Amino acid sequence: MTSQVERQSTAIKGGRLLPLPRNIPWWIVILAICGLLILYFITTSTSYQETFTFLASGVIRTLQLTVVGYLFALVFGLIGGLGRISKNTVINTVATLYVEVIRGVPLLVVLIYIAFVLAPAASSLVSQIATALNAPFLDNMAFVFRDDFMRGVLGLSIGYGAYLSEVYRAGIESISRGQMEAARSLGMSYGQSLRYVVLPQAVRVILPPLGNDFIAMLKDSSLVSAIGAVPLEAELTLRGRMYSATTYKAFETWNSVALLYLMMSLGLSVIVRYVERRWSVPK
Amino acid sequence: MPKPIIQIEDVHKHFGKVYALRGVSISVDRGEVLVVIGPSGSGKSTLLRCINGLEHVDSGNVVVDEIPVTRSTTNINAVRAEVGIVFQQFNLFPHLTVLQNITLAQRIVRKRNQAESERIGRDLLGKVGIPDKANSFPTQLSGGQQQRVAIARALAMNPRIMLFDEPTSALDPEMIKEVLDAMLLLAKEGMTMVVVSHEMGFARAAANRIVFMDEGTIIEDTSPEVLFTNPREERTKLFLSKILH
Repeated sequence: MTSQVERQSTAIKGGRLLPLPRNIPWWIVILAICGLLILYFITTSTSYQETFTFLASGVIRTLQLTVVGYLFALVFGLIGGLGRISKNTVINTVATLYVEVIRGVPLLVVLIYIAFVLAPAASSLVSQIATALNAPFLDNMAFVFRDDFMRGVLGLSIGYGAYLSEVYRAGIESISRGQMEAARSLGMSYGQSLRYVVLPQAVRVILPPLGNDFIAMLKDSSLVSAIGAVPLEAELTLRGRMYSATTYKAFETWNSVALLYLMMSLGLSVIVRYVERRWSVPK
Repeated sequence: MPKPIIQIEDVHKHFGKVYALRGVSISVDRGEVLVVIGPSGSGKSTLLRCINGLEHVDSGNVVVDEIPVTRSTTNINAVRAEVGIVFQQFNLFPHLTVLQNITLAQRIVRKRNQAESERIGRDLLGKVGIPDKANSFPTQLSGGQQQRVAIARALAMNPRIMLFDEPTSALDPEMIKEVLDAMLLLAKEGMTMVVVSHEMGFARAAANRIVFMDEGTIIEDTSPEVLFTNPREERTKLFLSKILH
């Protein structure tokens, strides 16, 4: 027994590539060094300064896409998740269809499909209804289907809504049936029991996966570059493509783009961890 | 003679292929304490859960305080507010404090304000013997204390009937008495109670009637004295010989 443990520990020691102390998070150190290097480049090289200036609006666009898209995705996900656990066959079927179809199609294709098939169709449908009813304000409301940003938001939130449905469903199902029964037995309605008893407990379970998906969505928002049409409103990746295509500075452009995504996702993960800690379950 | 507060008529219930209740009829009078015993799988918990509509019956009628529970037009939430239930696994809300557990439904269903519901909650915690635990979370309590909170939570709705589904089966032996004492107190106050339990001491002390169930039917429905001294049916004798030692 003892010899086995010894053998294992020597094996681990022998397997170490470098005799570095383990208690330091080296990846953060490496990142910090890279960050400092890049900071040095930006402050000294006009080429990088120009690149960052051009990309700045893309950063803001990406953050807007992520935050707005995620808020909608949270709503779609909740509806989808509740639909998935519903005992009503129609609701359950519709929800399952939504989740399975979206999850079975690449997000890029979902985005393109919504932007170039569903949104134009919805737009012309609303226009026709507006003309028929002689209600121009209805037509104005259809901007959702024409606006570049809103089409991106729509695609991302419908796509991520399906992923989040499964997160919600798993979270709600992880709360024991007895909780719902106890709440219902006290005379609370299904909705009240969900709101006051099941969901508050489920939220704590689903917070880590929700946080992960938030960061994943930030990165996947780069796929929106495939459907962007208005240069001034492009998100970060499309801004990068535009810049490298016109200046041929691929090196500076994609270094900058990658770095900016990295900074955003690291920043968000700090926020996500903070929120998780504040909401953690008192066990 | 006043009408019984619970009337169950020819209730049938299937779970898939399992035939849980095979035409059960029974009635409970106001203020009566009914203890239901029987081997596991005999349908006793299912019968109890049909009374507050946690299980839908396949056929038959359940009438509680002249409200037909089994009719689809009945507002089941209104019935449930009048019928308290205590579960084997307590089912306290772990994200709420003890006091919040007791005040939640009072505020939502009974529309009582914060102060009133808290006053009622603290009174009831005193009654079940744990007034000092109001601000604890359920996981910080022992099983016996949790079950007494569950009783207080149900009582806070001022139910006319209390159902107990094996309330002491998940408890360590030394905690059973504190829960039974709270139930005895309730019985003495004249609460109508239906208790699924094998606590024969409680049955002797509090029950007006004992029902023995097996395989989804009521085998024997009699007084505690008769059941313990001279049961009529062979199956009852066999079962009692197994649980009394």
